[in-house]
Amino acid sequence: MTDAEIYDALNDIARDVFDNDAIALGPETRAPDVPGWDSQGNIMLIVAVEQHFGVRFRPAEFEALKNVSDFVTLISTKLAG
Amino acid sequence: MTFLPWLPSHDNLGDAIRAAASVPEAGRRLSELVQLSRHDRDVIATGKIDRLAGKCLERLGEEETRGAGLLPFRLAILPTHTVDHLLPSIRVAGLGRKLALDLKVGTYGLHRQILLLGDEEIERFSPQAILLALDAAAIIPQLPIDAGDTEVGEAVRQAVDEHRMLWRNIRERYGAQPIQQLLLPTATRLFGSFDDLVPASPAALIARLNAEVTTAARQDGALLLDLGDQMPERIGPHDRFDPVRWHQGKQLINPPFAPLYGDLVARVAAAVGGTSRKCLVLDLDNTLWGGVIGDDGLEGIRLGQGSAEGEAYTAFQRYVAQLGACGVILAVSSKNDEAIARRAFDEHPEMVLRAADIACFQANWTDKAANIRAIAQQLNIGLDSLVFVDDNPAERAIVRRELPEVAVPELPDDVSFYPARIAAAGYFETASLTREDLARGRSYAANSQRKAVLVSATDLDGFLKGLDMRLVAKPIGSVDRPRTVQLINKSNQFNLTTRRRTEQELQDLLSRPGTIGLSFRLTDRFGDNGLISVILARPDETLAPEELLIDTWLMSCRVLGRGVEAAALGCLIDVAERLGAAALVGEFRPTGRNGLVENHYASLGFQPMDGPPGAEPSARFWRLPLAQVERPKHHIRLEEE
Repeated sequence: MTDAEIYDALNDIARDVFDNDAIALGPETRAPDVPGWDSQGNIMLIVAVEQHFGVRFRPAEFEALKNVSDFVTLISTKLAG
Repeated sequence: MTFLPWLPSHDNLGDAIRAAASVPEAGRRLSELVQLSRHDRDVIATGKIDRLAGKCLERLGEEETRGAGLLPFRLAILPTHTVDHLLPSIRVAGLGRKLALDLKVGTYGLHRQILLLGDEEIERFSPQAILLALDAAAIIPQLPIDAGDTEVGEAVRQAVDEHRMLWRNIRERYGAQPIQQLLLPTATRLFGSFDDLVPASPAALIARLNAEVTTAARQDGALLLDLGDQMPERIGPHDRFDPVRWHQGKQLINPPFAPLYGDLVARVAAAVGGTSRKCLVLDLDNTLWGGVIGDDGLEGIRLGQGSAEGEAYTAFQRYVAQLGACGVILAVSSKNDEAIARRAFDEHPEMVLRAADIACFQANWTDKAANIRAIAQQLNIGLDSLVFVDDNPAERAIVRRELPEVAVPELPDDVSFYPARIAAAGYFETASLTREDLARGRSYAANSQRKAVLVSATDLDGFLKGLDMRLVAKPIGSVDRPRTVQLINKSNQFNLTTRRRTEQELQDLLSRPGTIGLSFRLTDRFGDNGLISVILARPDETLAPEELLIDTWLMSCRVLGRGVEAAALGCLIDVAERLGAAALVGEFRPTGRNGLVENHYASLGFQPMDGPPGAEPSARFWRLPLAQVERPKHHIRLEEE
């Protein structure tokens, strides 16, 4: 799966989870930029991403993420691994 | 993976939610969302339905909410674990169970302070029920692993005593019904099976605390939220609890499991609010037995010993019969020749269900929707009290489309799984089990006999006289209170004001000076009808001091048309006169379901009057002066206790 495809999927998931069709995640997007992406919203997003890609994140992996670009890289690594 | 397998899945729920969002009028939009809540849905779709429904409910007043078939209900949650991600699922499950749930969450971990010292915000919220959502990490006593049975027993006793004190405060401080969430068995085992034999092992401690809290709840009238094994097939404890979510956000319940958790909570709220279902309508061929009796004949249907399939049908019938014994009304709707269908009940040796268990039998060739409507009418209950069980997916789809109020569970292909599926759907959750519940089946059967006599009697007066009725009126006491509360919360049609009350609220009202609370029990020559009517009358600050407002008057529709209302009024007049009242004021609050009693007061000789200041605009009022009032006529012997 290419990074572009992961971005597309991630955008779909985020729009679904945060119920907002205007969401457009870019590499530099951070959680505070997105309405609803608080600590509980974050867990919901993780759950949805895990279900969609069939992967599992460790808490440490997730806590290290700074922005969406890191998230895409992490998903890509998981999918390759 | 589906967590709500009894709900039909939607072809395209996402689009349907978007379409519902653009329905112009809030009431219609809400009805649309209520229908969507009755479909299988994951936690994300549930969240969307919740946001839209929340906006509709904000705009609609209480009356319009009731008009949409939803009972407003305030539930406070006092948690020791995160519940924010569960709230949308609780509310949406509420919609599916005829409740408009207003939720208020107390500060995480502060349930003791909130209950023992009081909390202004919760007090202002005035919850009807309070859910104590505790987890093992927060309340399990810390004991060394070698602590003996006595030491552990003492620690558990202290924890249980604390629970009881919290419940007492829920009742006394907030006037609410306590609901205790039992601890999830989240402890990881140390040895294995041997843990159960070590008193202080975490697994044994949780099991023991749950068992003793259950006993205390039974004695104190607290209700339980049991998350233990109430899971549909193929859903397990690992779907419910995920240690990563616990470490990340103290989520005791894994987010994907939220729709099921929400439903389990909403069921208990529905039981307290009185919106649980009441009647199970059953198809016959390939539902209660294998095969088609019209084609295969009495000998050809598969039922009972001799084959695994036959045993499975017997097991399902046994489950249905048990539900009947718990007070669920049983009815039959089948495309069949009536005589042939009835033969199975009368003559087949392996039938568990018998004709006397079935309160209403509709076997004919008209469509099922029409038959189900007829069943609701004959039994005098709302369509939204019915559950329809049919093996045929096409029939299920038709009934869902024609009668959206009726619950129609999706069923597995194999009847072996029917009992578990009906149980998983949680239609019949209850807040009490009374003598009347246990006798309901017999009472409905006796009603069929009464109807048969009515058909043979030449005049109504003669019929009523021949029934030899006796009405026993009693001040509502502690013994009658659970059944009284049940009637207050369940009766929809013969209910003048539809004021729902918890047991605590009723008790508070009855303890106020000048309040009259009467329960009525009717017997006749066919048997005891049980407690069938309730009247609450009280002084009201908007009325003259010598006037009594009839706050509540309701009656079970089973005894409709027998003059019970006239006899009950006679009794109310006697009691009111003794208290020195000069007049009775009757109130009618229309709900869309109680049109039956629109003219109740007029027919009993009350005169219309203007509503007192501050009365609801849709409510109507009548007055009956008591000086030399004539008692209405009836054919019932009246006894006061």
